[in-house]
Amino acid sequence: MSKERLELLQGTLDLMVLQTLAGMGQLHGYGIARRIEQASGNQVLLNQGTIYASLVRLQQRGWIAAEWGVSDNNRKARFYAITPRGRKQLAEDAANWRRLSDLMNRMLTAPEGAGQ
Amino acid sequence: MIDTLRQTWNRFLALFRRASLDADLDAEIAGHLEEAIEDNVRAGMTPEEARRQALIRFGGVTQAVETQRDARGLPFLDTLRQDARYAVRAMRRDPAFSAVVVLVLALGIGANVAVFSVVNTILLRPLAFRDPGRLVWFTTNEGKGGLSGTTYTVAALEEFERHNRSFQEVATFQPFYNSVEYKLTGRGEPVSLEAVEVSGNFFPMLGVEPLIGRQFTTDESRKGGPPAVLLSYPFWQRQFGGDPAIVGRTLTIQTPFKYLPGPVTIAGVIPPSFDFGSMFAPGKNVDIFVPAYMDFWRTWGNTLAAIGRLKPGVSLAQAQAESNVLFPQLRAQHKDWYEDYKSTYSLLQDHVSGKLRRTLFVLWCAVGLLLLIVCINVSNLLLARGMSRGKELAMRTALGAGRGRLIRQLLTESLLLSGIGATLGLAVAWALTFALARQNQMALPLLSTVRLDAAALAWTAVIAIAVAAIFGLAPALRMSVGNLHELLKDGGAGMSQGRRHERLRSALVVAEIALACVLLVGSGLLLRSFLRLLDVDLGFQPAHVAAMKIEINDNDNGARRGVLIKQILDRVRALPGVEAVGTTDMLPLDRNRSWALIAKENLNDKRDHPAFAYVVSPGYLEAMGMRLRRGSDISWRDRVDTQCSVVINEAGARREWPGQDPIGRLAYGPCRDAARVIGVISDVRESSLEDRANTQMYVPMTQADPEGMELVVRTRLAIATLDPPVLSILRQLNASQPRTQFRPVQTVVDHAVSPRRFLMMLVTAFAFFGLLLASLGIYGVISYSVTRRSQEIGIRMALGASAARVQMGIVSQTLRLTLIGIACGGAASFAIARAIRSLLYGTQPTDPLVFAGVLLVLAAVALLAGHIPARRASHIDPMTVLRGL
Repeated sequence: MSKERLELLQGTLDLMVLQTLAGMGQLHGYGIARRIEQASGNQVLLNQGTIYASLVRLQQRGWIAAEWGVSDNNRKARFYAITPRGRKQLAEDAANWRRLSDLMNRMLTAPEGAGQ
Repeated sequence: MIDTLRQTWNRFLALFRRASLDADLDAEIAGHLEEAIEDNVRAGMTPEEARRQALIRFGGVTQAVETQRDARGLPFLDTLRQDARYAVRAMRRDPAFSAVVVLVLALGIGANVAVFSVVNTILLRPLAFRDPGRLVWFTTNEGKGGLSGTTYTVAALEEFERHNRSFQEVATFQPFYNSVEYKLTGRGEPVSLEAVEVSGNFFPMLGVEPLIGRQFTTDESRKGGPPAVLLSYPFWQRQFGGDPAIVGRTLTIQTPFKYLPGPVTIAGVIPPSFDFGSMFAPGKNVDIFVPAYMDFWRTWGNTLAAIGRLKPGVSLAQAQAESNVLFPQLRAQHKDWYEDYKSTYSLLQDHVSGKLRRTLFVLWCAVGLLLLIVCINVSNLLLARGMSRGKELAMRTALGAGRGRLIRQLLTESLLLSGIGATLGLAVAWALTFALARQNQMALPLLSTVRLDAAALAWTAVIAIAVAAIFGLAPALRMSVGNLHELLKDGGAGMSQGRRHERLRSALVVAEIALACVLLVGSGLLLRSFLRLLDVDLGFQPAHVAAMKIEINDNDNGARRGVLIKQILDRVRALPGVEAVGTTDMLPLDRNRSWALIAKENLNDKRDHPAFAYVVSPGYLEAMGMRLRRGSDISWRDRVDTQCSVVINEAGARREWPGQDPIGRLAYGPCRDAARVIGVISDVRESSLEDRANTQMYVPMTQADPEGMELVVRTRLAIATLDPPVLSILRQLNASQPRTQFRPVQTVVDHAVSPRRFLMMLVTAFAFFGLLLASLGIYGVISYSVTRRSQEIGIRMALGASAARVQMGIVSQTLRLTLIGIACGGAASFAIARAIRSLLYGTQPTDPLVFAGVLLVLAAVALLAGHIPARRASHIDPMTVLRGL
C-alpha cells in the first residue's frame, strides 16, 4: 500500500457508508466497501473488514436497515438500505462536514501570520 | 438523542443475542470473501493469489469480528462478565483462602451494618410520628431535681397553652407511671397492668392512629366520662391473642381513687410501630393507655410531662424566646404556683436520643476502624496469595493483557469476594439486630425498633464497594507489575520482587497493629471506666436483695396501712432464709419523685429545697443494706398519731444543717406538719451511678402516702424459691393480690449501667477481633519472610549460626514491626482518647495502666504470632538447603 493513501478520520466511514447507500440503493457489505474504494479513486486506506463495525452501528441507531437476500452471483448475502431517518441524518452530517472542511480550507490557505 | 438511546438499548440487547449475531456475521464475512475472490479471479489472478489478495484487502477476519462485537455490544459489560467468570474460577481454585477472606469480611461488614442500623434507628431516622421536626419536648428547672423537678402542674400547662402563640397544641403524659395502679380482674387470676396516663390529644397530636378501633373521645378524656383504655400491641397479642373483636368490649379494671369507675371500654389498639417504653422509658413495657383526667391530676402537683407541636413556620428558638418571657409573667399572675416553670425546649428527637449521640458516634468510629483492619488484613492475604499467582498473571501479560486489564480483573475478584462477604455480613447483621431489638434490659431508647431496612441495605452496598476498592487496590497495583522474565522462570518470585512485596506487606501490618492499638486503648479506657463505675459506693447493697410489687388495700388510711404491712412483714420475715424485709414505694435508680425538705431554721429562704422522697416501712433501710450513720431507723412506734419522723441522707444534712448535728431538728416538707429528723444514712445514688447523691428523705409509710408499694427482701436463697410462699402470704391477707414475682434489685442497677456496658462490650469485642486480625497479619508476614529467606537461613546455620540466634533474628524482626505499629497507634490513641473523654468515668484519657496494658498485650500477641515462624526457621536443615542450591 502506498504512503499516499489516506487514513480515515474517526466517524467519516459511517458518513461514507450512508452516502453510498443513499446513492446506490440496496448493497451488501462487499459492495459498499468496493463502492467506497472506487469513489475515492482508491485513495482510501480501507480494511474492508472495518465496514462491518460501521454497519452494525448505523443499524443500531436506526439509520439503515438490513435484510438477507441473494446477490448477483447467486450468493446469500445481507443487503443494507438507508432509512428515512438515515437520510435526514446524512443531510445534517454532510452539511456539518462541508462547513468543517470549508473552515479547514480557509485556515490552511490563509497567509502565515495573518490576523496579527 | 433518541437515536443514541436506541443504540444503547440495542447494544444492551445484543449482549443476549451473541450467538445468533456471531453466526450472522460469520456468514456475511464468508460471503464477502467469496465475492472478493470471484472478482479477483475474474480480473485474471490465480485462485491462490485471488484468495490472498481478498484476505489482505479485508484486513484480518478476527479483528473485523472483534471490532464489530465491540461496536454492537457493551464491551465494558462483556469484559465484566468475563472477569466475573474468571474470578469465580479463581475463588474455586483456592476454597480455603476464599472462605477465610469471606468470613473475615462477613464479620467486619456484619458488625458495621448492625451498628449502622442502631445508629440509624436512634439518631438518623426521624421519629415515626407525623412531621416529627415540629415536636418539642418540654423540660423545666433546667432538667434538675428528678422527675418532680422537671414536670408540670395541670394548671401551669393549661395557662401556658391558653397564652402561648408558638404551639399548635400541647399533649401530656404522666411519667410517674405507678401513681395509679391498675388491676385486670374478672378474667381468672387478677393481673396487674403497666399503664400510662396520656392526655386525650396525645396520640392525635403525635400522629399515631390506632391499628384498630379509635382514639379517646373528648368525653372519655374528661373526669367522670365513660371509662376507656387503648391497648398496646404486645398486650393485645399476649392477653387477647390479637383478637380484633375485643375492641368495643369492656374490661373490669380495678383502680384506686375510682380512677376508672365501672366497666372500661376498649377503644382501640395502638400499632406496634409506637413503642411508648422504648421512646420515653426504655425497659418499660406498657400494657394499656389510660386517659389522663386533668381534673384528677390538678391536685397532685408536678405530675405531667409535656410535648408540644410547633405552629408551622415557628422555629424552636422563637418558641424558646416566647417561653422565657411568658412563664415568668404567668407566675406573677399565679402566686400559688410552686415555681415559674421556666422551660427549656428541645426537639423530641434530641430528647429521646440526644444523650446517646456521642456514645453511638464512638461506636460507629470503632466499628469503622475494625472494618479498616479487616480491609488491611484481606489486602495482606491477597498479596500473600498474589505471590503464588504471579506466574498465572505473568502468563496473561505474556498473552497480551495490559496492566489496566489485569488491575480490572483483580478488582473484579475483590468485588466478588466483598460481595459474598457483604451478603453473609447481612445475615450476621440481621442476627445481631434481631438479638438487640429483643432484649429489653437495656436503657437505650428505640432499641426495640432496630431492624435492617432499606437504608441498611444501601449502606451494605456502599461498604461492600468501598471495602473492595480499599483492600483490592494495593494488591492489584502491586501484582500487575511483575518482571515477566523472572516470574516465568521456574524459581517463582525473584529476590527483588519478593523484598518489595514484603515491604508493602510489612507496612500494611504496621497499619493493622496501629489501628488495633487505637481500638484496644479505646476499649481499655471504656472498660476501666465501667469497672470504676461498678466500684462506686451505691449506698446500698444490691446483691441478695429482691423486690416485688405488692398491693395494699388501705383506702388511703395510714393506720390501716401500718397494720397490713406489719402483718405481711412479720410473716415474710418468718420464712426460712429471709434475712431482712421492708417496703418502700420507690427503689433507688428506678423511679423517683421529689418533695421538699427545708429545715425550720431555713424557712425564710426563697430558694427551692427539693428532696427525693421515699415512703418506707421499718426494716427497709436494713433490707437494702443502706448504712445508718447516726441516730436511728424508722420504727413501728412511728404511727399516724405520733409526730412525723424522717431519716435523711448526708447530702441533705449538709444542705440543711451544715456543720451541725441534724438529729432531733425539725424540718418541713415530708409530712403535713413539722417532721423530726431521727437518723442520717450514707448517700444513696438515686438517679444514676455517675452522679453524686442529692438530698433524700425516708418517711414512715404510716405518716405519708406512698405511690405504689415494693416488698424488699434480703435473702441468700435463689430468689424464685420465695415467689410461691410470699405470694401465698399476700393472698391470705388480700385475696385480690395480682400474680407477681420478685426481681433482683441488681437488675435495676444493671439497667442503669446498661448503655455504658453496651458501648464497652461492643468496643471490646471489636478490639479483640481487631487484635486477632492483626496477629494473623503479623504471622502471615513473618511466616512469608521465613519462607523467602530459608536459603539464607540455611546457609547461616551451615556457617555456624545457632538455632537460638536464628530465632532471635526472626523475633526481633517481629518486634520491630510491632513497635513501629504501637508507636503510631499510641500517638493516635493519645489524640482519640481525648475525644472520648466525656464518655469516661473516673478515668483519665491518658490512664497509664490502660496504655501500658495495651502495650503489653500487643507485644505479647505479636511475639506469639512471630514465635511460630521463628521456630520453623530454627528447624531448617542446613544440609537440605545446601543440596537445593
